[in-house]
Amino acid sequence: MSGSAHSAANAQPIPAVRHDRDEIVLELSSVSRSYGTGDTAVTALDEVSLQLRRGELVAIMGTSGSGKSTLLTIAGGLDRPTSGRVFVNGTQITGLGAKKIAALRRKTLGFVFQDYNLVPVLTAIENVALPLELDGISARAARRSAKYALEAVGLLELANRYPDDMSGGQQQRVSIARAIVGDRSIILADEPTGALDSVTGESVLSMMRQRIDSGAAGILVTHDARHAAWADRIIYLRDGRITDETRANTLDGILATGA
Amino acid sequence: MSIRDSLLAILDQGPCYGYQLGYEFEMRTGGSVPLNTGQIYSTLERLDAAGLIQSSGADDEGRALYTITPAGREDVQSWLSTPVPHDMRRNELATKLALAVSLPGIDIAHVIQTQRHAAMNTLQELTRLKRNSSSSVDGLDLGWSLLLDAHLFEVEAEVRWLDHCETRIARAIAENVDLSVPLNPDPPKRGRPTRAPASSASHTNATPKGADNVR
Ligand SMILES: Nc1ncnc2c1ncn2[C@@H]1O[C@H](COP(=O)(O)OP(=O)(O)OP(=O)(O)O)[C@@H](O)[C@H]1O
Ligand SMILES: [Mg+2]
Repeated sequence: MSGSAHSAANAQPIPAVRHDRDEIVLELSSVSRSYGTGDTAVTALDEVSLQLRRGELVAIMGTSGSGKSTLLTIAGGLDRPTSGRVFVNGTQITGLGAKKIAALRRKTLGFVFQDYNLVPVLTAIENVALPLELDGISARAARRSAKYALEAVGLLELANRYPDDMSGGQQQRVSIARAIVGDRSIILADEPTGALDSVTGESVLSMMRQRIDSGAAGILVTHDARHAAWADRIIYLRDGRITDETRANTLDGILATGA
Repeated sequence: MSIRDSLLAILDQGPCYGYQLGYEFEMRTGGSVPLNTGQIYSTLERLDAAGLIQSSGADDEGRALYTITPAGREDVQSWLSTPVPHDMRRNELATKLALAVSLPGIDIAHVIQTQRHAAMNTLQELTRLKRNSSSSVDGLDLGWSLLLDAHLFEVEAEVRWLDHCETRIARAIAENVDLSVPLNPDPPKRGRPTRAPASSASHTNATPKGADNVR
């Protein structure tokens, strides 16, 4: 990206909304989630608000039990908040029925979990194609998209392997391919690097980041500050509440001044 | 960083001029340790005096070529096989927090939060540098990338330690421990401070109030 290319782009008319990098793709508005009632009630999330924009990766950090996974499952429509609203691409999913949420999820959202969650009896490419096929896309078209997603994570040569015959890092890359397959534009990852060595973990993040840079968006739950640093913003949760946030700072001579 | 040993290790590859050593060193260490000409020549003088290198003396252009001696080669081998010790005296942050946790009236949570913001910003910056650097095509690129990694791991460890401090302090406060230790109105007249690091077994007497909570 040279300076002249940049100024030329600036001279162009404003691009279509779909590619607007400021577009909010996911929003949580005063979301709370509690479990149980009375004395034994646990407030896992307490009035959490959060906006995720296209091209943005937000990391969530916090001690065990602070509500990170709860936030992610609610953001992805896998769980419903006790109160508050969730919007995905402008649609309030908290008002939708289960079937409609599931359909929206399959089209728009991709999940990556610490334990990969691949279907053991399906090959890598079948695992990646599965959500598309569930969505009624023809087997052939789903396979073509799956191939493309596997290529994006550098795993095309293992397309016909079963999960059990792959290393942890390879399985995690398959699960990233599954999360980005088709047109899915929001990646939600819960400790995706937890079980991986540092170099493999980095390559998984690098893939997520590339996908997000090319127009998707994502939330990354992690315990590892080094991995959170791949994000544009880092949000800290404690007892179900957002207690702090770090944004990327400007390019300064960090190396010269140190931490 | 031992400049002396580094220059010697480069000379182990073959004779070099002074300016050439500076160039080779900086190229291989990504400019992370700037070297000035004065440092290079004073180091070379000391290496020469110690019999670890030999100088050809100035040529027509006033340049001297330096060659490693067998004793110098031995030195390089012993440097490479000696671990670099952890410097325990120079952890400014640890010292700052240790002070802040016991001095009354300091908002330690805020001190930690401010530090964590700075550390996370540093991590983000380093990560960006790393993403923008070419993936290793030779030892120089890899060396630069590994240098960035060293900083990344170091700052990550700092963040982890800050989290650890935060949790321990929160726990102590939840247990109603009063962490603050006011200045001692009756300080020892002379000699060493009464509390040294845990290694000293001789300080079991005269424990100031609350000092154990700091550990
Ligand atoms: N199904 C459930 N029933 C009751 N309590 C729950 C349930 N799921 C989560 N919780 C509680 O909600 C709180 C938040 O849990 P959550 O799994 O979101 O934490 P987390 O930040 O992801 O922790 P970890 O880092 O350990 O994964 C915890 O106190 C947990 O015990
Ligand atoms: Mg969790």
